[in-house]
Amino acid sequence: MDSPSIATTPHELGSSGLPHAHDHPAFMRHHFEDIGQQREAASFGMWVFLLTEIMFFGGLFCAYLIFRNWYHPAFVAGSNTLDITLGTTNTAVLIGSSFTMAMAVYSAEMRRKGQLVLFLVLTILLGGVFLGIKAVEYHQKYVDHHIPGMNFSIQEFVHPTNPKAIPLAPDMAEKTQLYFFLYFAMTGMHALHMIIGIGLLLFMVARASRGAYTAGHVIPVENFGLYWHFVDIVWIFLFPLLYLISRYR
Amino acid sequence: MSTIVSLPDQSTAKLPAKSYLNQEYGLKSWLLTGDHKRIAMLYLFSITFFFVIGGVLAGLIRLELLTPPADLMATDTYNKVFSMHGIIMIFLFLVPSVPATIGNFLIPLMVGARDLAFPKINLLSWYLYMGGGLLVLATMVLGGVDTGWTFTTPLSTHYLNTHVVTAAMGIFLAGFSSIFTGLNFIVTIHRMRCPGMTWFRLPLFVWGHYATSIIMILGTPVLAITLVLVALERTMNIGVFDPSKGGDPLLFQHLFWFYSHPAVYIMILPGMAVISEVISTFSRKRVFGYTAVAFSSVAIAVFGFLVWEHHMFIMGVSQYSALVFSLLTMLVAVPSAIKIFNWSMTLYKGSITFETPMLYAFGFIGLFTIGGLTGIFLATLGMDVHLTETYFIVAHFHFVMVGGMLMAYLAGVHFWWPKMTGRMYPEAISKTAAVITFIGFIVTFFPQFILGYLGMPRRYAAYPADFQVLNVFSTAGASILGIGYLLPMLYLPWSLKYGEIAGDNPWQATGLEWQIQSPPLTENFSEIPIMDHEAYDYEWLANKTHHEVQTVG
Repeated sequence: MDSPSIATTPHELGSSGLPHAHDHPAFMRHHFEDIGQQREAASFGMWVFLLTEIMFFGGLFCAYLIFRNWYHPAFVAGSNTLDITLGTTNTAVLIGSSFTMAMAVYSAEMRRKGQLVLFLVLTILLGGVFLGIKAVEYHQKYVDHHIPGMNFSIQEFVHPTNPKAIPLAPDMAEKTQLYFFLYFAMTGMHALHMIIGIGLLLFMVARASRGAYTAGHVIPVENFGLYWHFVDIVWIFLFPLLYLISRYR
Repeated sequence: MSTIVSLPDQSTAKLPAKSYLNQEYGLKSWLLTGDHKRIAMLYLFSITFFFVIGGVLAGLIRLELLTPPADLMATDTYNKVFSMHGIIMIFLFLVPSVPATIGNFLIPLMVGARDLAFPKINLLSWYLYMGGGLLVLATMVLGGVDTGWTFTTPLSTHYLNTHVVTAAMGIFLAGFSSIFTGLNFIVTIHRMRCPGMTWFRLPLFVWGHYATSIIMILGTPVLAITLVLVALERTMNIGVFDPSKGGDPLLFQHLFWFYSHPAVYIMILPGMAVISEVISTFSRKRVFGYTAVAFSSVAIAVFGFLVWEHHMFIMGVSQYSALVFSLLTMLVAVPSAIKIFNWSMTLYKGSITFETPMLYAFGFIGLFTIGGLTGIFLATLGMDVHLTETYFIVAHFHFVMVGGMLMAYLAGVHFWWPKMTGRMYPEAISKTAAVITFIGFIVTFFPQFILGYLGMPRRYAAYPADFQVLNVFSTAGASILGIGYLLPMLYLPWSLKYGEIAGDNPWQATGLEWQIQSPPLTENFSEIPIMDHEAYDYEWLANKTHHEVQTVG
């Protein structure tokens, strides 16, 4: 039963230095049977990972829903201080970046190297614009003393300067801190995902310009596309929950 | 006593000339490996290391409780000791114990694949685990944390001056290690099965790990975000969990137990997975009710997500929701009982032999049954109010986690030791160790049921003198248990050099992993096998021709 003849046969695995004498593309990993299996595994793995991401954000959404129900007036008041123009612009920018990312995947499938690099760079630019606008908004919050744990003041909610705003009692105004904390935690976690995404995009631009993804090895671009769209979708939920719901009519 | 062990002739037997152990040499070949078997070995060493630390801390707890007053250590030190014991044992030992070692080693072999789907992510998960482990060690060196392993808010966020954030970061990292392990298993089981390996031909070990992985990927991220919130609240003084700022400490409990209750099934399902294999092999029978056992694993994973509030019955949750959660909790007993009954039916009229893994498996069945049944006490609302936060709970979860999972882990390590190393462990001394472990366990933890029922609260360094006799029993039992755990740590390394050569299939078991050489080749199978029979088909094994052996490597 012990078969040393099998054990001493030269194997491809673990001997990457040896010349490849087999008929599969260079990007196929040796523990897969064929390229279809590799592709399916990678794509399925990405979907499972996105599932964990949903659960990760889920905790924050759960906290948001509970506190929104408890402290509805504070959440309305907090929501009204956000700049809806910047928020809408950012939503458009992010959807645009999802479009360029989808085009990048398409270009990789069509094996057009220059076009792939172009769309990846455009995605980076749009992602950068999103983060830039976000930074402007964060700075605005700092100026307004609306950053919990840093310089928070309830002044604006007890004695609003905006004539349309309804003044809050001081104890309810305190609860706007929770709104702003959730605002920063959720958009911050989202921005962190964007930053990681842009880092990965830079890496992919470098590899794409050397032709790594335009010779049939589309999986990384495709999977990154899934990630990028996921981050986009998170924002699609954040934007109405944080900016749009219960604005002054 | 009869035995099924069949070893090759020791005078001529040799270890295979080439295997995953001698494919490459040097530290670098281990630290940068993508081979699931080597990563399993890395995990085996690391979790043993943390088990020893956690075990020493447990010893300190039992020593302190030998006498009624708090005399061995200051009470705040005692708090730190039991907190670190819990954190290390749960996050650094029990959660990765069977999945990351035995599961990592075996799942590709059992489904007939060359490796897990993502070898690099597998290695990454070990590094994340080590990163988390180092942070937890750093916490200890810096002065410890005294929140208990549950990080209860607002105690952990506002009232303690210990290293909560460091410990939380450690657990955060270890959590991602567990997520990546689960992700790898799920993708491997879905996409990497060899031709003919249908879902219902998978060994029950794989089904158990599939269910575990579902919990890992769905539960752990919630713990991660919760710990992030705790760390933010502590460092930035925000009030999500602080009632004085409008926050809700119960929200923390909900989020924490949403992971941490299913996590106890992360800690028991892989143990059950091991037991199914062991019971079948040593009673020479197909597991009775294969489908029921397979689906009961998945049912436990699903029900496991719907019962978390039973940790919170005394925390002022709504009575009506408590009623629902009480009922749901009892429902978990159904799939658990299905397993126990099916294992019993497998034993019935089987050709039972008593090798070491089987002894541990018997220990598992007995102790897990007691642990499970006392869980029904705690699921009952009225009883829970009396028993929660007492030693009854401590005894209950130690029966499940230590009596259950640790027994199963040792059963698995002994069962697959010949496959992992190519050599047998010494049978006589390991049987002794199994019996010592069982006796030590009973003497340690059974008195704690009585203590808890009489009202001794957990987490205190001192107790009334009336409770001393039972506590002395418990501490004495812990010493016996310590010897029981020390023995395998001595004779298993010994066997690496002096153990008998095991051959391919010392147990005459049916799994694919037993049809290849021990220790296996780096690529597992020289040719991908074709599965043409059901799992646990001992007739197939008996009629198997030499040729068929060759085709599976």
